[in-house]
Amino acid sequence: MIVRQGKYTLKLTSQPSIIGNAAVAGKTEGEGPLKNEFDRIFSDDTLGESSFEKAESALQREAILRALDKAEKTPSDIDYILAGDLLNQCIGTSFGIREFGIPFLGLYGACSTMALSLGLASVLVEAQAAQTAIASTSSHYCSAERQFRQPLEYGGQRPQTAQRTATAAGASVVSAHCPNKPSVSAVTFGKIMDLGIKDSNNMGAAMAPAASETIFAFFDDTATTPDDYDLILTGDLGKVGASLLLDLLKKDHGIDLRRHHADCGLLLYDAEKQDVHAGGSGCGCAGSVFNSYILRRLQNGELKRVLLVATGALMSATSALQGESIPSIAHAVLVETPQQQPLGGKS
Amino acid sequence: MSTTGKEYRSMTQKASPPSPKIKDLLWAFFVGGSICTFGQVLNTLYESAGFSEDGVRAATPVTLIALTAVFTGIGVFDKLAKHAGAGTFVPITGFANSIVSPAMEFQAEGRILGTGAKLFSIAGPVIAYGSFAAVIYGLIAYLFRLY
Repeated sequence: MIVRQGKYTLKLTSQPSIIGNAAVAGKTEGEGPLKNEFDRIFSDDTLGESSFEKAESALQREAILRALDKAEKTPSDIDYILAGDLLNQCIGTSFGIREFGIPFLGLYGACSTMALSLGLASVLVEAQAAQTAIASTSSHYCSAERQFRQPLEYGGQRPQTAQRTATAAGASVVSAHCPNKPSVSAVTFGKIMDLGIKDSNNMGAAMAPAASETIFAFFDDTATTPDDYDLILTGDLGKVGASLLLDLLKKDHGIDLRRHHADCGLLLYDAEKQDVHAGGSGCGCAGSVFNSYILRRLQNGELKRVLLVATGALMSATSALQGESIPSIAHAVLVETPQQQPLGGKS
Repeated sequence: MSTTGKEYRSMTQKASPPSPKIKDLLWAFFVGGSICTFGQVLNTLYESAGFSEDGVRAATPVTLIALTAVFTGIGVFDKLAKHAGAGTFVPITGFANSIVSPAMEFQAEGRILGTGAKLFSIAGPVIAYGSFAAVIYGLIAYLFRLY
């Protein structure tokens, strides 16, 4: 049953489980600290395709097929697929999944798509509108560069605040509660925040207020504190955004997140050895880190309660050229290992 | 949220690391200087090969453009430019790279609406405003009878 808890949070009482998950990554991501976590690393960023858009589609298709395989399901067992990416009209997703024949709910949440799709898939399963649903997303450095920035071979310099769009994809198969699988027990869909940051080379700063508000809403609704979680995992705030998030939560809400916070954009790359400036970004950043490293640790009990807070910058190349600020969003999904005591909180 | 936009923008400014200016300047100075010195070497070589003055004026930039196109094509130029910044951007090498890189990038959209249409997507404004500036300059020169 779905119970609304507080103003924003949905508690999923039966706790739908993630029965299969997979993450695939490109060359640079495959050379980073999580290289042993991914299901497959592609040494060629074209994936043998004739365009980077096709390569991104192939990336997401591969993640979905591997997640299905691990869940011991076939596409015909799936009721819905909820997915999206960064490309115009979400073609990374729709072209990647068009052969599956699964009813498709296309989502655009920019880099927050993993939490958005996982949250919605869990809600559908909890409401028994679906028995099994897939949540997935992807991003590709080269397809994002050509859509949002300059051609790949263009010789420009990027500021220290810029982040690298991850070439990666992640997929989760969500089904009814399964006692030995990580489960989704609460979801908070965020509201749009915009504190006037216009610099599209500083996405972390643009998104930090959205993360701060969603995390606060979740704590407030569930009457919990950071100490109740092993990890609050933001999607792709990077170095600048992560430090701003900690400052904002402390300043606005008196919450100290320091000991419990990690960011997928900082976990995916080695900031010292890899040339990624402020860290990773893109839908595939949270998608791949969550569906590999984090779910594996949840599965084997190293982590027990993780709040995934994926953040998205809802701008386009057009809005940036027109001088608009960057509206941002963050969605939170609470994922727990089996046999956790239920959280208390407002009813 | 009690933090206002103004407060947040100043927090952001503090949290954002600046570009390493001294390092960037040194890179730009030495790489840009090397490109210009190389241009001068080409000039002298073409002169000693018996090219006319006009011939040298054409041959030197054409050589630099051709070399930049090759280095852009084999994926080397952007790696140098990442460090050199204005050092590679300001000389004619930057102009050449700004045309070759979209030509390569947009091949996937076809020869006409891909490569053809996007060829000048970066260099276009430079050409447009460059031509405009030349007209103004010409007018001033004409009006004040500098010729």
